[in-house]
Amino acid sequence: MKSKPLTLKILDIVSVVLLAVSAYIAIFVAPTEAVMGDVQRVFYFHVGTAWTALLGFVFTASLSVVYLLTKDLKWDRVQVAAIEVSLVFFLITIVLGSIWARPAWNTWWTWDPRLTTAAITELIYIAYFMLRQGIDDPDRRARFGAVYALLGGISAPITFFAIRLFRTIHPVVIGGSNAQAEGNFSMTADMRTAFFFALFTFTVIFIDLFWNRIRLGDLQDKVEQLKLKVTS
Amino acid sequence: MAVKPIRTHRRVPSPPKGEGEGLKTTGGLSSNNFIKAIAAIVWKDLRAEVRSFELVSAMLVFSLLVILIFNFALELDIKTRQSVTTGVLWATFAFAGTLGLNRSMAIEKDRGCLDGLLLAPVDRSAIYFGKAISNLAFMLIVEVIVLPVYSILYNINLFQPGLLMVILLGSVGYSAVGTLLSAMSVQTRTRDILLPILLFPVVIPVLLAAVKASGGFLEGVDIAEILLPINLLIAYDIIFIAVAFMVFENVVEE
Repeated sequence: MKSKPLTLKILDIVSVVLLAVSAYIAIFVAPTEAVMGDVQRVFYFHVGTAWTALLGFVFTASLSVVYLLTKDLKWDRVQVAAIEVSLVFFLITIVLGSIWARPAWNTWWTWDPRLTTAAITELIYIAYFMLRQGIDDPDRRARFGAVYALLGGISAPITFFAIRLFRTIHPVVIGGSNAQAEGNFSMTADMRTAFFFALFTFTVIFIDLFWNRIRLGDLQDKVEQLKLKVTS
Repeated sequence: MAVKPIRTHRRVPSPPKGEGEGLKTTGGLSSNNFIKAIAAIVWKDLRAEVRSFELVSAMLVFSLLVILIFNFALELDIKTRQSVTTGVLWATFAFAGTLGLNRSMAIEKDRGCLDGLLLAPVDRSAIYFGKAISNLAFMLIVEVIVLPVYSILYNINLFQPGLLMVILLGSVGYSAVGTLLSAMSVQTRTRDILLPILLFPVVIPVLLAAVKASGGFLEGVDIAEILLPINLLIAYDIIFIAVAFMVFENVVEE
């Protein structure tokens, strides 16, 4: 069995160090926001995870097409890895957003287009894993997974678009918690450093986890094949 | 009961057989054969349904029960009725729809009819369109009965051309995605419970736009305001019919 590649080992360590540095910058270097106070610091990690998760989901939809065209199980493993890591990152985004929204909007949750779409996107990809769980044949599992991820990848942006479209016509009055009215702030230079550093950090962490997950998928596949060889 | 599946089963491959050998090479290209194959599948489903009324009656009773539950859950007095009617209707159609989709695909799978359909020398997407159209037909039949019942029960006139058009557009989108997903869910271990979980998050744009548009028609607001959700429904229908058409082959492949 192949041992872990050196690049991946280095990337693991770099990820941990970057996360620590990014947390340090976000907490100690970036100035406290005048209106919202310390809770605004959540924003750096919130956007960092959201950005990578969304990129991951877009990437996933394109992997569906690649798999359906090539029928190579390798792409299925890549897709599962991308969805799994993105799903966790997006969950972190939602939780961090809620933590921020409680003091900033005075509520944990509103049915704002972004929030609603985020919740639906999470549900789509949870359904993706439930679908996969019910199928034993690896080829069929990969095919169905790719089809469903493609449908979800098309439907989620339409949902966002739809909710935002109707909101602009019928402005929803949520008791003084309008996203545009409250929660906007302009960044200072230090804040911008923290912001972009967090983006960079989470991109690296995403790549690291993604790579590890693909490797895990490959090893799982190898174990399955060895099992078949032993039992037959 | 035992006679029916055999008969319906035989009906499907028979029209292509009549066309002779040339069909195998031109199956996907000849639009005439394509439409004939779709019609054969729709005809088979409708005939099987007319003999038993299993599917439509189950969907219908279920729909009425859902409306009954909403009646108690939401206390549908005159004031609330105005604002929630379309929501109640679409929730009813969505729930009843999964029931029908599940059953319609399960029949094919359980009695081996799906394998027969796949063996028929027609383009696979013809099977998809055939099933989607018959699913749509079942949904529309149920809706056509539920609407007047709802109108009588709650004294609201639901027979407005605009509203009917929205219901048609919404049902088209719903059954287009639903047919594809039910073909997938029926082949999994957790089939009956899986379909709504797969379907609902993906059809949310349909339900959202349909509720907005139907509500607009009922309140009699300016047509320009309803145009957006209607356009969205049309766009959704076209996009998802196209996607389903392209990927259906992957769903039924053995």
